[in-house]
Amino acid sequence: MTTNIPQTPNHEGEQPLLELKDLKISFTSSTGVVDAVRGANLTIYPGQSVAIVGESGSGKSTTAMSIIGLLPGTGKVTEGSIMFDGQDITGLSNKQMEKYRGSEIGLVPQDPMTNLNPVWRIGTQVKESLRANHVVPGSEMDKRVAEVLAEAGLPDAERRAKQYPHEFSGGMRQRALIAIGLAARPKLLIADEPTSALDVTVQRQILDHLETLTKDLGTAVLFITHDLGLAAERAEHLVVMHRGRIVESGPSLKILRNPQHPYTQRLVKAAPSLASARIQSAQEQGIESAELLSATAVAEGTIPEMEEKVIEVKNLTREFDIRGARGDKKKLKAVDDVSFFVRKGTTTALVGESGSGKSTVANMVLNLLEPTSGEVLYNGTDLTSLSHKEIFQMRRKLQVVFQNPYGSLDPMYSIYRCIEEPLTIHKVGGDRKAREARVAELLDMVSMPRSTMRRYPNELSGGQRQRIAIARALALNPEVIVLDEAVSALDVLVQNQILTLLAELQQELKLTYLFITHDLAVVRQTADDVVVMQKGRIVEKGRTDDIFNDPQQHYTRDLINAVPGLGIELGTGENLV
Amino acid sequence: MLRYVGRRLLQMIPVFFGATLLIYALVFLMPGDPVQALGGDRGLTEAAAEKIRQEYNLDKPFIVQYLLYIKGIFVLDFGTTFSGQPVIDVMARAFPVTIKLAIMALLFESILGIIFGVIAGIRRGGIFDSTVLVLSLIVIAVPTFVIGFVLQFLVGVKWGLLPVTVGSNTSITALIMPAVVLGAVSFAYVLRLTRQSVSENLRADYVRTARAKGMSGFNVMNRHVLRNSLIPVATFLGADLGALMGGAIVTEGIFGINGVGGTLYQAILKGEPTTVVSIVTVLVIVYIIANLLVDLIYAVLDPRIRYA
Amino acid sequence: MPNNEFHTNHSLGQDDQTPDQAHFFPQGRGEALVRPGQEHFIAATDETGLGAVDAVADDSAPTSMWGEAWRDLRRRPLFWVSAVLIILALLLAAVPQLFTSTDPQFCVLANSLDGPQSGHPFGFDRQGCDIFARTVYGARASVAVGVLTTLLVALIGTVFGALAGFFGGIMDTILSRITDMFFAIPLVLAAIVVMQMFKEHRTIVTVVLVLGLFGWTNIARITRGAVMTAKNEEYVTSARALGASKAKILLSHIMPNAAAPIIVYATVALGTFIVAEATLSFLGIGLPPSIVSWGADIAKAQTSLRTQPMVLFYPAMALALTVLSFIMMGDVVRDALDPKSRKR
Repeated sequence: MTTNIPQTPNHEGEQPLLELKDLKISFTSSTGVVDAVRGANLTIYPGQSVAIVGESGSGKSTTAMSIIGLLPGTGKVTEGSIMFDGQDITGLSNKQMEKYRGSEIGLVPQDPMTNLNPVWRIGTQVKESLRANHVVPGSEMDKRVAEVLAEAGLPDAERRAKQYPHEFSGGMRQRALIAIGLAARPKLLIADEPTSALDVTVQRQILDHLETLTKDLGTAVLFITHDLGLAAERAEHLVVMHRGRIVESGPSLKILRNPQHPYTQRLVKAAPSLASARIQSAQEQGIESAELLSATAVAEGTIPEMEEKVIEVKNLTREFDIRGARGDKKKLKAVDDVSFFVRKGTTTALVGESGSGKSTVANMVLNLLEPTSGEVLYNGTDLTSLSHKEIFQMRRKLQVVFQNPYGSLDPMYSIYRCIEEPLTIHKVGGDRKAREARVAELLDMVSMPRSTMRRYPNELSGGQRQRIAIARALALNPEVIVLDEAVSALDVLVQNQILTLLAELQQELKLTYLFITHDLAVVRQTADDVVVMQKGRIVEKGRTDDIFNDPQQHYTRDLINAVPGLGIELGTGENLV
Repeated sequence: MLRYVGRRLLQMIPVFFGATLLIYALVFLMPGDPVQALGGDRGLTEAAAEKIRQEYNLDKPFIVQYLLYIKGIFVLDFGTTFSGQPVIDVMARAFPVTIKLAIMALLFESILGIIFGVIAGIRRGGIFDSTVLVLSLIVIAVPTFVIGFVLQFLVGVKWGLLPVTVGSNTSITALIMPAVVLGAVSFAYVLRLTRQSVSENLRADYVRTARAKGMSGFNVMNRHVLRNSLIPVATFLGADLGALMGGAIVTEGIFGINGVGGTLYQAILKGEPTTVVSIVTVLVIVYIIANLLVDLIYAVLDPRIRYA
Repeated sequence: MPNNEFHTNHSLGQDDQTPDQAHFFPQGRGEALVRPGQEHFIAATDETGLGAVDAVADDSAPTSMWGEAWRDLRRRPLFWVSAVLIILALLLAAVPQLFTSTDPQFCVLANSLDGPQSGHPFGFDRQGCDIFARTVYGARASVAVGVLTTLLVALIGTVFGALAGFFGGIMDTILSRITDMFFAIPLVLAAIVVMQMFKEHRTIVTVVLVLGLFGWTNIARITRGAVMTAKNEEYVTSARALGASKAKILLSHIMPNAAAPIIVYATVALGTFIVAEATLSFLGIGLPPSIVSWGADIAKAQTSLRTQPMVLFYPAMALALTVLSFIMMGDVVRDALDPKSRKR
């Protein structure tokens, strides 16, 4: 599977559209001055697509925002210069920048919900851009608004323009933002993680559309993203940032296939989409990939226990009473006749986009939600038939790690208390000393220093908190752990670290995982079995290799194709250490 | 939209009955036999007292009294005072000036509060902001009656700029000082609320998007920051109207205004249950209507809740 | 053929790593044109090195959310000012004898409206009572009413709000309607009515009960909101998944997290209750004359305003400062606990 990388025709002697020279940006806080960007150099040519890739805190968004003069809070360019179309626009006042914004430099921001004002109609907000840049005279505005929205891929644009942001889906809002960004035909469009909040299939549609649109208009695009795969697919020039510095930059494919800087090498190795691409390549060539983290890959041959069904879901259905947009009562079938099983000691991935019902299934498996009909069997016993006390006992065997590392640990509890909680609730673990020893043991298992016990969640990073959550889940020696999007909110390198940890623990402790996720790339790496869900129903299920090599259903194929970067020719990764 | 308003209306019905019942119970339990008090020093014969009690339904059980009273309200019959005046006349004399006062206070607190709050919110951390914050704290801390006194003394007596008391002169000029005093604490709250709201909204993502479109700073301020910031302020102001009318007792006392507060105060001291309950009932109705209005305003300002 | 050179610019000394590029290029496609300013660039490694991924910073002492808030508070001058004032007010209330040996109820008409003398720094009021002594002793009524009412109100309001917010459904509807009912009746009004009832039994306790009975509605609403927010957090779901009982979740997880806005509001409310007590005393239906109260003193000083404004000034100042100290403290604590200013 090869993908089309945008190729710009040969322009001899062309002047760069944007040039950043030794750019330094710093923020002043109560603790002092922090350098967010240290000496960045960047060049963008007219009509070109460039991507800046980095983890959180790398300075990529800060760099992008400085170009359009919208640095947040106390941010200031302290050194260096920003040249746009031959003009020096560093340190221009807001009033002076207004001339550039919208008409020369456009912005498509990240979060579609918070970036649209909830009290104004979509059409009005598009009109503001037209008006501010004097694109068309007043009488033609409504027409142009509809045109611009349709351009961005919004169907039924005239009617939609009269609606409010909360009546749109996430994808529609993002399209509206794209329309706003391009309304005044800027020469450069800054797209700050334009699709990271969206479903993967919607992402692809929007990015494809954006690509065509910007190519037609001749707009240069600067992508800010944490997704290396996306960057490689959509941009010809790639810039990698780490802690405020540019560590590597150049032709995107080249960097991905053969990263030179140690940080880039780490990223390329860890990025799930790229790892999956390499695994696929290895598969095609019949080589055993070293990057697989799934249990069946590690084990030698198939172990008999692995055929045992530890969790089985039969005809599970769940209905909700909801109110429609106009206040009418409706029944929503969040989960519709779902059946699958999880083999002992393996990882089953439950994959789907938003609204697929995968989280609802997970909640029913965990007995946090009652099914409307159907059964959840744990080692053959129907959970719905158990008494309150029996369910309580059973909870020891079935644990969960949730998605949001910033919400799943009580900020008032010390780390010790967080991990100890399961022991106290189930009254196991002996006296205080024994419990302390157990907590220390658990911290060792997740590679955290023992002193972390005394700390509080607010002192730890997202990845560290997830490790604590995992330690807590292991406290009662469970058999099964449900991982509900447990790594989705983490940076790439940290994500990889946690996935490796989970794989090791699975081997050591013979754990079974039910992995809920929307990220197919992670699934390729870690899952033995896959269950694909859409709108509450199962679309396809089977062994991972089978699903990826030969997807039967159209939707499954769409999902796989939509993963950014999955299709790039990257080789098998033998050159990566 | 309709179902939203309808639901709120329904919720207010038990509140109306509950609040009026509560105050009726409190007043009813006021010690002392008002009938004997009527007789003054001479005292009344038992027969005469009995007759008066019958006339005023005082001999019936409490709940029945209450229900009869509520029935009366719906035909605007609020009963009569012990001196024979229809309570509704008493109220008709007292309410207009209090309403005038409350509206003036509301205008003062909203206009000045919002203006100062916006400036403080924009220049957060600056000198204006710090000064205004401290001033607002002081206004909240110093009791209304102290502010009332001091202002009355300085502006009325010492400098002679405005009339010292109101009495029968209910012109706007005479009501300026009392309005300022009445609205002072609310002014401080409106200021702080606006400031907080503006300061938060300035940092909102959609404000950044608006700027990125190339909109002028002025337009961004107007259409995005202010528009959104004023939503919580509008709801506060709406609810405050009822509070202002009910809380004017002190102000009316200091400035000699024959409004609801003063009438109410006298009625409580004299032990006139019908007057007390009637006035409070009307205040509760005002409070309920104000709240419904606030909900309506909120729905108009914020399209998200229209179908909630 | 476009420019095929790679201007590799790195100081890693890896000249031996010129890989066989041709192997990985897609068939039939030439090298992308490399333009000036976009050559392959590799930076020198950072002085501090890359470091381990996501290492734990183990150098500082552990701090909880309250610990962080405390550190933030310590740095604010406003906190110290209000703290000092509060402590002063508490001392005045607890041990007024420390500050003055004069009996505030000892009034000699002959001294009426006399100016400051030795031993009587604030002079005398119309009845000939020592203003300084009355200012000192007046603290007790105000502070006692403030503190006790706040405790009562916090108790009632928190229980109502927590039950309404946690259980939702019918309980929420009923409790919220009851809250609305009490909300509809203005505090001072209700207080006047009830105080009139208890004409013979006016004490600090009665005032506290009256104010408390009608002043709990705001705290109930705040608690309900905070509990509903906390209820939806993932750590509550985690606790449920562990099998924790409802009581444990409410008491051990939700309430500590809901405490912050309640505490902030209670501190400010304390100030407003002191004002309410003074207002009642001013109106003559608060505390009896046997208890020294700033409100009553201010009422009495009305008549002397023209001749001796200081008679009003001292108790008014004392009242304002005491209330101010609590309200400022509430403000400062709210800023310190504000999650937006806390670092992640």
